[in-house]
Amino acid sequence: MALKRPSGRKADELRQMTAKVGVIPNADGSAIFAFGNTVAIAAVYGPRQLHPQHMQDPSSGILRCNYDLLSFSVNERKKPGPSRRSQEISKVTEWALLPVLNLEEFPNTVIDVQIYIIQADAGTRTAGINAASLALAHAGIPMKNLICSVAVGKQNKDIIVDLDKEEEDFEEGEGATDFPIAKIANTNQFTLLQLDGKIPPERVKEALEFANKACEEIYQVQKKALKEVIEK
Amino acid sequence: MSSMHTSNLTIDKLRKMFSLEKRFDGRKLHDYRNLDVSLEISNCAEGSARVKLGKTEVLVGVKMSLDTPYPDSPDKGNLMVSGDLLPLASPRFESGPPKFGAIELSRLVDRAIRESGMIDFAKLVVKKEELVWTVIIDIYPINDDGNLIDASTIGAIAALKTAVIPNIENEKVDYKKRTSKKLPLSKEIAPLSISFYKLGDSIILDPTREEEEACEARITYGLSKWEGEYMINSCQKAGKVFITQEEIEAIMKILPKKFEELSEKLKKFI
Repeated sequence: MALKRPSGRKADELRQMTAKVGVIPNADGSAIFAFGNTVAIAAVYGPRQLHPQHMQDPSSGILRCNYDLLSFSVNERKKPGPSRRSQEISKVTEWALLPVLNLEEFPNTVIDVQIYIIQADAGTRTAGINAASLALAHAGIPMKNLICSVAVGKQNKDIIVDLDKEEEDFEEGEGATDFPIAKIANTNQFTLLQLDGKIPPERVKEALEFANKACEEIYQVQKKALKEVIEK
Repeated sequence: MSSMHTSNLTIDKLRKMFSLEKRFDGRKLHDYRNLDVSLEISNCAEGSARVKLGKTEVLVGVKMSLDTPYPDSPDKGNLMVSGDLLPLASPRFESGPPKFGAIELSRLVDRAIRESGMIDFAKLVVKKEELVWTVIIDIYPINDDGNLIDASTIGAIAALKTAVIPNIENEKVDYKKRTSKKLPLSKEIAPLSISFYKLGDSIILDPTREEEEACEARITYGLSKWEGEYMINSCQKAGKVFITQEEIEAIMKILPKKFEELSEKLKKFI
């Protein structure tokens, strides 16, 4: 049976992406990244002196990410303040970004990355990571490469890319699987892998190939956004 | 000494040993330590278990509470998993509100169980839209010698299997009156967590505390069997280094074998 996504998209078709760099004048670096109706904004402050002093690491700078939803970004108002979910996403975002940063070059400092979701329609952590990656580059922090992130997933037995909320709530057959990933652009190196749902081990490779293709497209959008701000 | 972090010397030594497929305790890189499970270790809990994985030891209890359902799932019971890293269990744990380690531990166990479909939440409804059971799984490591996630999931599964639903009288729970009514659990599905740790180019399983601290990345899978097929139900990568596609593909080949091996060991106890 031919695949039918609620959104009408092809299996490997991403939502319309938009990216804009330099959206928060106060920040050292900032960006907005959107997958369709999911919109994330990120700001970078630093590297700056870390306080309290006892948290400083003389051998390396540290990266501190904070991800959260704005209270009105979801249907039922999200109570402001960190939840267990947002704390976990903040941490996996840190892990996703760390492999491209040379923090040893900035001892005793912290780089703060603030990510907020303005409008949520699934895929918020991946949109947040794409925005954060752009914001870090915009802040002029030395990076080995950009990080590209997307959720692949499964709708019953079909692998699809960049699920929206309606697709995430799919319940027939094997249901919906959400498989957010992040990788170092143009490599086979993955920095974020999470999963909720059902996928047989032998199909993981296929899902990663979907992610690889999607990340190439995301990389082009990110590169274009960075060029725009430099050429201005 | 016990509260010291793993030294760079030890980390370098481990890196070299792993690349020669050796470990301090003589195990192969993908070997688990000895598993021991005892059931019903606390008689006020609706279900409980103690798991020993080498020197790592975890106590898990199941309590049931009667609640109103969430508005978005009026015809389903609930699952709540919490974990507490008590200062009792390690010189590295501090008292106070749960830190990230405790939050991540409980969320990983939660996802492995929830997504596997082991618990039939529809059968935990007492009165539709008014009263449902919440299954609460509490995890307390009492000695941390590494790989708490895998040990805790085993503990949670064992505790769930022993758990009974308490008696209800006038819409109140009578915890003292034991029943023999088991939780609505699938007979076929028993998920497990399998965590792979990476140091240099080596990938190991079931690390001791020292090995775990030396490792640069971790990837935890929640795995189960669903309609006769292996299914990954949850996954989370942690740590400061990346993991390559080749490494992931290699792990996919190891996963089902380790799942069978651990499931066999667990069957002896439950």
